[in-house]
Amino acid sequence: MFTSLRRVISGGTKNFVRSGAVSVATVIIMSVTLMIIAFLVFLSALLSYTLSQLQDKVDVSVYFTTSAAEGDILNLKDQLQQMPSVATVSYTSSDEALMQFKQRHENDQLTLNALNELGTNPLGASLSIKAKDPTQYQDIVNFISNDTALQSGGTSIIDHIDYYENKDVIDRLTAAIRTTERAGLIVVIIFALASTIIAIATVRLAIYSSRDEIGVMRLVGASNAYIQGPFIVAGVFAGLISAAVTLLIFTPLTWYLGQNYTTWLAGFNIFAYYTSHFLEIFGIVVGAGVLLGGFASILAVRRYLRV
Amino acid sequence: MIYFDNVSKIYRDGTPALEDVTVSIDPKEFVSIVGHSGAGKTTLLKMLLAQEKPTRGSVFFESMNVHELHPSAVPHYRRKIGMVFQDFRLIPNMTAYENIAFAMEAAGRADDEIESDVPYILELVDLSTKANHFPSQLSGGEQQRVAIGRAIINQPDVIIADEPTGNLDPINTYEVVEILKKINELGTTVLITTHNKGVVDAMGKRVITMDRGRIIRDDPQGQYIL
Repeated sequence: MFTSLRRVISGGTKNFVRSGAVSVATVIIMSVTLMIIAFLVFLSALLSYTLSQLQDKVDVSVYFTTSAAEGDILNLKDQLQQMPSVATVSYTSSDEALMQFKQRHENDQLTLNALNELGTNPLGASLSIKAKDPTQYQDIVNFISNDTALQSGGTSIIDHIDYYENKDVIDRLTAAIRTTERAGLIVVIIFALASTIIAIATVRLAIYSSRDEIGVMRLVGASNAYIQGPFIVAGVFAGLISAAVTLLIFTPLTWYLGQNYTTWLAGFNIFAYYTSHFLEIFGIVVGAGVLLGGFASILAVRRYLRV
Repeated sequence: MIYFDNVSKIYRDGTPALEDVTVSIDPKEFVSIVGHSGAGKTTLLKMLLAQEKPTRGSVFFESMNVHELHPSAVPHYRRKIGMVFQDFRLIPNMTAYENIAFAMEAAGRADDEIESDVPYILELVDLSTKANHFPSQLSGGEQQRVAIGRAIINQPDVIIADEPTGNLDPINTYEVVEILKKINELGTTVLITTHNKGVVDAMGKRVITMDRGRIIRDDPQGQYIL
């Protein structure tokens, strides 16, 4: 058993080395396939990074009237925080709003003078709400609008909600995000399938040139497993080398992209992603290479093994 | 030892390759099968190797019905038979040594056996100096000698040679025939098909003549007559 295993492994290695040009061609095609797969990993990471960045920018602000009691607002804040669809709620008091306003206009003496003339603080408090998912804003806004506790003496303490002003933009963004996600997934599947089929065809072609050899092995009395073994080993070997080539090429490539295109990619540093997710990417690339090489070899040899 | 019992092979399009062939071959015999191209010689050998199934009749090797073997038993069975082909059929990316060693590895023999037997066989077929040559670096005669070495390495009961001299010049033909004779003298049954009158006549052994799928002559000490 151990002897056969050793012979199969050494036979497969010799096979791979002596097939020269055919092995090189197989490795190149498989490397391209693995690069496409690795590229898709980056693409989906970039996509989800961009999506989360966009989602982060979307929020809803509720502005209260100047007469609203702070207790009522904090009460609403607590209620909102208990909603499962709400990610964060931040409270800005009317004093803070005034301070921020003054800071923004510190070089604008005219505005500051006008503010001082008023004598009172004209700015109300506000709540800024972030949802976990952009589709949930409508529910949150409905909740706030229907909350009867916010009515003090028949008039609402809410001055306005800027959701209605941003609704159109938010809706469009949500739709765009969904479409991009779906399209991205379809593209990923098509590319992965196409490149896998090409890699399998290449391995088949490499083994096609050995079909007479397989016939001879059968006539010499070799068992099917003993014939198949070295081809599978050679396939797995090609997969491992292709994986190494892919990882080696991606190191300087992602470094270059990280150095020069991080701003262009909206702050997504591809090299930082590569190094922080190296084990994951290594696993995907090496696993895909080994599976691809082994599986393609099994498929290809089986054709010529019928007794 | 080998017994063809009323064997017929008719291909799907209706062409008969063998018709009612009954023949028996004893251990240690040297048998030449002659006949025109398409007479059914190669089909007969393929039947014995379990490469083709008969339409009617049975083929026996010792007491085994060759075509009732389980597919997983076929590789074991084939190790009892050494094959030599007209076109040598060596494995191109293995050296002469490795081609011969492969047959032993396939049979699951131990490393030390391989290391002692292969050089001995290479010496027997006079190729000790070319052990590390690949088939493309060997002449036709040398390649055929490697093929013979591979065929005999597992000490088979029978050697089957299908037109072994078909691609060789007279000198190489003579050498190959001499090696086959020597193997036969050492006790192995040899079955060859050939078109070479000189080879058959010089041998003075049993000759089976075939024509259109039938055996038309079977002489214990025959000549090449067509």
